[in-house]
Amino acid sequence: MMFRIERDVLAEAVAWTARSLPARPSVPVLAGMRLEVTEEQQLKLSGFDYEVSAEVTLEPQTGEPGVVLVSGKLLAEITRALPAQPVDFVVDGAKAVVTCGSARFTLLTMPVEDYPSLPAMPPAAGRVGSDVFASAVAQVAVAAGKDDTLPMLTGVRMEIEGDTVTLAATDRYRLAVRELKWQPEQPGFQAIAMVPGRTLADTAKALGATGAEVEIALSSVGGTGEGMIGFSSSGRRTTTRLLDPEFPKYRSLLPTEFSARADLSTGAFVEAVKRVALVAERNTPVRLAFRGDEVVLEAGSGDEAQAVEALPVEFDGEEINIAFNHQFLLEGLGAIDSDVARLQFTTSTKPAILTGGKPVDDGVSEDYRYLIMPIRLSS
Amino acid sequence: MSRNQLLPREPSPPGGPGDDSGCPILHVDMDAFFASVELLDRPELRGTPVIVGAPGARGVVLSATYEARRFGVHSAMPMTRARRICPQATVIPPSHGKYSEVSRGVMEIFQAITPEVEPIASDEAFLDVGGARRRLGPPAVIARMIREQVAERYGITCSVGVASSKFVAKLASRQCKPDGLLVVPADKVVEFLHPLPVAALWGVGERTEQALVRLGIKTVGDLAHVPVATLQREFGAVGAHLAALAWGRDERAVVPHVPDKSIGNEETFPHDVDDPEAIRRELLRLSERVAARLRAAGHVGRTVSVKLRRSDFTTITRSRTLREPTDVAKEIYTTSCELYEAAGLERVRLRLVGVRVENLRPAAAATRQLSLGERETGWREAEQAMDKAVRRFGPDAVRPASLVRRPFDPMDP
Repeated sequence: MMFRIERDVLAEAVAWTARSLPARPSVPVLAGMRLEVTEEQQLKLSGFDYEVSAEVTLEPQTGEPGVVLVSGKLLAEITRALPAQPVDFVVDGAKAVVTCGSARFTLLTMPVEDYPSLPAMPPAAGRVGSDVFASAVAQVAVAAGKDDTLPMLTGVRMEIEGDTVTLAATDRYRLAVRELKWQPEQPGFQAIAMVPGRTLADTAKALGATGAEVEIALSSVGGTGEGMIGFSSSGRRTTTRLLDPEFPKYRSLLPTEFSARADLSTGAFVEAVKRVALVAERNTPVRLAFRGDEVVLEAGSGDEAQAVEALPVEFDGEEINIAFNHQFLLEGLGAIDSDVARLQFTTSTKPAILTGGKPVDDGVSEDYRYLIMPIRLSS
Repeated sequence: MSRNQLLPREPSPPGGPGDDSGCPILHVDMDAFFASVELLDRPELRGTPVIVGAPGARGVVLSATYEARRFGVHSAMPMTRARRICPQATVIPPSHGKYSEVSRGVMEIFQAITPEVEPIASDEAFLDVGGARRRLGPPAVIARMIREQVAERYGITCSVGVASSKFVAKLASRQCKPDGLLVVPADKVVEFLHPLPVAALWGVGERTEQALVRLGIKTVGDLAHVPVATLQREFGAVGAHLAALAWGRDERAVVPHVPDKSIGNEETFPHDVDDPEAIRRELLRLSERVAARLRAAGHVGRTVSVKLRRSDFTTITRSRTLREPTDVAKEIYTTSCELYEAAGLERVRLRLVGVRVENLRPAAAATRQLSLGERETGWREAEQAMDKAVRRFGPDAVRPASLVRRPFDPMDP
């Protein structure tokens, strides 16, 4: 087997495929990246760790059919470092030789016959613009749990009802919900899938860069068997196993009535929170006091450093003192994707809702909601 | 055998020898504290061997008079062994209330001398009297004053080490025990330290001692002349620390009133237990007790640790840091059970289990990240209600149902 291809194309594709390779493979061959030149002169790069699979299809300048398995991490490092010239990849017995300009690397190959075959792509369910999908996933995945001991909270729930997809994620302390439209293969299609959050976020971001449409494929949804979801766009496809679809009944947790509403300039708010948070240790609160047309932000306590800052606010409702984990607040503000941040409250121990305010028509976009649980101050 | 018997004894003149000008640190240690307090109520036992500790087969020695120590009895020794080597000793079960009362009084004496008091146990403390010099006189005079006041008010004796650093002061008090006073002048520290066995150094336990002896290092002087690099290779970070101590360098300051670092309870079973249900029940009982103590002291803590001792005395400790600090028995219990299960000791015969909460901070300043769907009032409020009932109706007024012992349950073995 051999092929020749432009360095940039190869490096980008190898890097993309290598992301899904396990850092600590359970069997050594899983550290490998599979490279295949098909009879149709297509180059396929793939990786698989029994959970997530990734495959890129490229058009090499020249190629001779064949298949080889080499260390994915090493290949990614090498291709990233190569000069901007065509790359020749030639398999010679048990070795693979990569030549580019004056650089030449010889890699050991791994036993390709031991490599597991990639799962087939499940049946297509629908399609959505990759940029819309990427931003929606990023908005929601921020609230997914990072603690692998609670796997059900590390997922992003995808609820599909006809042409509406609702994404939701929570780590118990905040909850992000985003609705978006898509084109289902069949009208009236319904499904619920729990997608591993980190994989989904990585995949959506990587596919978002293509600017094309993403096709989403789903298998055995709702069944008891192993569900799988696949994403494909412009010659790239990723599949991942689904998580147990258990998820908190979050809709009832979203408050519908509020005692107060505050609109702030997102940028100024973010800057101020970041500043006062300099004195707040991890997991300690930033306190917000809303009074008339001003909000006072405070962090730190009498025993340590303290910070205070006031910001103008458009406030409507009962005055309120409320405290949040500054990291949660900042991540929410980063996710609303709006110049105006709207916070709505009921009491200082009830969830607050952060949305992007739309000052023009004074109607709040209901597409995205970021619920954040306050920190209760001393009992 | 008591470790301080390893130290060579030198008779010390009453004022302590030498110059105390560079020696603001005092280490005050009550002599055979619990036993001495018990003797106040039992004067007829004065001059005889007395051991304080639970008299049962599984009790351990908490304190022993010097008469009992002469037979080799020391604290933490199993009671059965103590009785065997000193059958004539009178064994008195402990009454902790009495000791803490005297302890509080003694600490008050220290506080009257300087606010720079660092209690390290109920019966010992460090004092930095550098600031009291002008008011009360040189350190040796203050030390004598403390000894007089303690003896006068409480009828017990204490020993005081006076030195330039905490660890030398501690060695000095150990060396002049009982009822003694020893000043180690700042320029005589090395002279004082170097003849001592390495075991005298703070932080040298049995293991380190063995390792040092294997390297041919027997005295502090030997240790002082080993290159620091060699010690670091052998003992890691501890090596550098040992080298510093061997030259009398100890930068640690007296830290006034160290707050509680942890609150824990442990229980030795009357018989070794291997039934996970029974172990969990004990973990629940201990969690309830620890949580009640946390609430009473106004603390919350973030780290829960569990201690499990097998029947062969090998002991493991497992701990986990929670996201939010707690004083709730239910949370402590849940974490304890998870730690017990993760330790892989289910079905292993256990002699003792313990539950401890560390990483304490005042509850009044504690905040709590609320979680979605969490009820506004929960276990914490339920347990606070339990505290109230207990205050009014006594310790067993309200208990988890699984801890209620049915007196005539035919199913109960």
